Amino acid sequence: MSSAKPLRKLNSSVTSITLAHGSGGKAMRDLIEDVFVAGFANEHLSLLEDQARFDLSALTALGDRLAMTTDSYVVDPLFFPGGDIGKLAVTGTVNDLAVGGAKPLYLTCGMIIEEGFPIDELRRIVSSMKKTADEAGVTIVTGDTKVVHRGAADKLFINTAGVGVIPNNINITANRAKPGDVVILNGYIGDHGAAIVDARGDMSLENTIESDCTTLNTLISSMLDVCPDIHCMRDATRGGIATVLNEFAESSDVGITIQEDAIPVRAEVRGMCEILGLDPLYLANEGKLLAIVPAEQAETLLTTMQQHPAGQHSAIIGKVSEKPSGRVILQTSFGGERIVDMLVGEQLPRIC
Amino acid sequence: MKYVDEFRDPAKAKALIANINGLKDSLNANEKKPIQLMEFCGGHTHTIFRYGIEPMLPNWLELVHGPGCPVCVLPMGRVDDCVALAERPDVIFTTFGDAMRVPGSKKSLLQAKADGADIRMTYSPMDSLELARKNPDKQVIFFGLGFETTMPSTALTVLQAEREGVTNFSLFCNHITTVPTIKAILDSPEMQIDAFLAPGHVCMVVGERPFDFVASTYNKPIVVTGFEPLDILQSIWMALKQLADKRCTVENQYSRIVPPDGNAAGLAAIDAVFEIREFFEWRGLGSIDHSGVKMKDAFRQFDAEMKFKLPNLKIADPKSCQCGEVLKGVIRPWECKVFGTTCTPETPMGALMVSSEGACAAYYNFGNLPELLAKRSKSIEGDAA
Repeated sequence: MSSAKPLRKLNSSVTSITLAHGSGGKAMRDLIEDVFVAGFANEHLSLLEDQARFDLSALTALGDRLAMTTDSYVVDPLFFPGGDIGKLAVTGTVNDLAVGGAKPLYLTCGMIIEEGFPIDELRRIVSSMKKTADEAGVTIVTGDTKVVHRGAADKLFINTAGVGVIPNNINITANRAKPGDVVILNGYIGDHGAAIVDARGDMSLENTIESDCTTLNTLISSMLDVCPDIHCMRDATRGGIATVLNEFAESSDVGITIQEDAIPVRAEVRGMCEILGLDPLYLANEGKLLAIVPAEQAETLLTTMQQHPAGQHSAIIGKVSEKPSGRVILQTSFGGERIVDMLVGEQLPRIC
Repeated sequence: MKYVDEFRDPAKAKALIANINGLKDSLNANEKKPIQLMEFCGGHTHTIFRYGIEPMLPNWLELVHGPGCPVCVLPMGRVDDCVALAERPDVIFTTFGDAMRVPGSKKSLLQAKADGADIRMTYSPMDSLELARKNPDKQVIFFGLGFETTMPSTALTVLQAEREGVTNFSLFCNHITTVPTIKAILDSPEMQIDAFLAPGHVCMVVGERPFDFVASTYNKPIVVTGFEPLDILQSIWMALKQLADKRCTVENQYSRIVPPDGNAAGLAAIDAVFEIREFFEWRGLGSIDHSGVKMKDAFRQFDAEMKFKLPNLKIADPKSCQCGEVLKGVIRPWECKVFGTTCTPETPMGALMVSSEGACAAYYNFGNLPELLAKRSKSIEGDAA
């Protein structure tokens, strides 16, 4: 299905966004149709209505609860090794739905654009969003565009909200960790955080660390196929795996002990952390999840995860115990032990 | 990872712990009156907590975390001076990252940045000089702080600026020195420390000799120590071995980095640019004679203290803070009245809660807070009884 009329085109002599593109007039209409409607190309958007509309019976056939989430993306730089702000805006919201056990279906896309932003970069970002959405099997069904004065926003901010459906038998919540459960992680930590520090170029490090930015919904659906009773699951974005583990420990009133040896960290990321005095446990990820699962199903689950491209380096990194309640303990490779707390403020580099 | 994992080998750690335990009898040590060993340097404190070394050690040995975190000991008045400089409209103020959160009397640099001051985090003073070259219409100020470790790079940057004739670069010098500070601790009447771990990276610059007095005048063993966890364990063993043998001398565990006479080029740069201040104010410890450096008169055009008007006020530490007693090993961080309650890393009152290298922040972040607080209330009850 497509709209009856052909889509409007932007004037080809205009190469950057101006305030006119946010004014509600013709220029804005040209931008929306040429860049967004054509770029995201789907039947919902092509109707050019103010809202997307869904068939309820199709949704209820998939499960018994709707899941909804929203996230804003302000990453600097917009393009980085392994991804860009558009890819991130889709993977982040898809993953926030998927870790709750939901099948992600529909996304919205709100863009706040600083005047002067190059239109060809906007097209690249839109096409990256479309590609990522297609791969994840989700549709970007409605959107909004605002243009602000130079300096009022940093180049481009994107907000996406997402809707998904949770199947009947799935019940994943942060308060379900039980003593005896084990902690599974789906691969190398810290790649995204390290890639961003690297791409900002402040450090002049000769490195090419790629962000792990990827959608996790197909990995998660294969996990739920073999183990519907996953107790807790979250993606470890800002604040790293340390933050998520603390959230589990606190919500479930349990202790979580992890083994430093078992946590996969790339040599490049470790090296950067050594130089800058950062801790990989707190570095951001954009394609990593932590799951707390019944011990008897852990091995099967691990094997399943390792067969998926987003889970090749999955590992069991720790276990849940009754005590110390609300705390996360790290057994260091060196043979010592320490508490891993939530991060206070931003990780600031140490001077010497 | 090569050159890293070798220094974190758990099997070697076990062997060293066994050696340390083996000294117990000859040291006549017990848990009621444990041997106190001070690591002076904040970098050591960080390693000890990061690798979980304390729980590996026997209970007849206690580590006292010294004042060697230059960020922590920065007094409030100096932070206020930084904020005043940074808030000038013509200024780009550059600083090492972990100085951002240190509280001044009104605000920290982090808050000043949020309020609109142009403050940038840099990793090297050379980055700051580069900013000055790129922004000729701005005054670029580098907030120089740290012990002798960071002094040579600051000094070389000033010399480079002079050679190039850069006129819009200056240094707000807050560099401090280790020797007078260790001496102040040794002279303090409550002092109970049995032996010291000397700061490895300071010694890389100044060599071993400046620490001779610890052994010769004060009869305390001192070991120049590296920053990997095995370095720490080996140095602890070396210091205890001296005590067991009833010897005291300067020993160098970190010989792969520290030459006995230090780094001649670094020392020459320091000598060219800096001279000793009569005294410098430390958070928690008060004023210590000759414990800081300032720029020589020949470099006054690069000296932010000469170039700009500063409030230069002395602000007293908050009364409830017991940082000084913690620094001297008289009380443990969690025994301080405000630890973990009104003084936390989010809202630090005392210096030691500010940087991740500060002893209190280390206990707060890596220790078991509820357990520590319970221990404190027990010890207060004990005192009352």
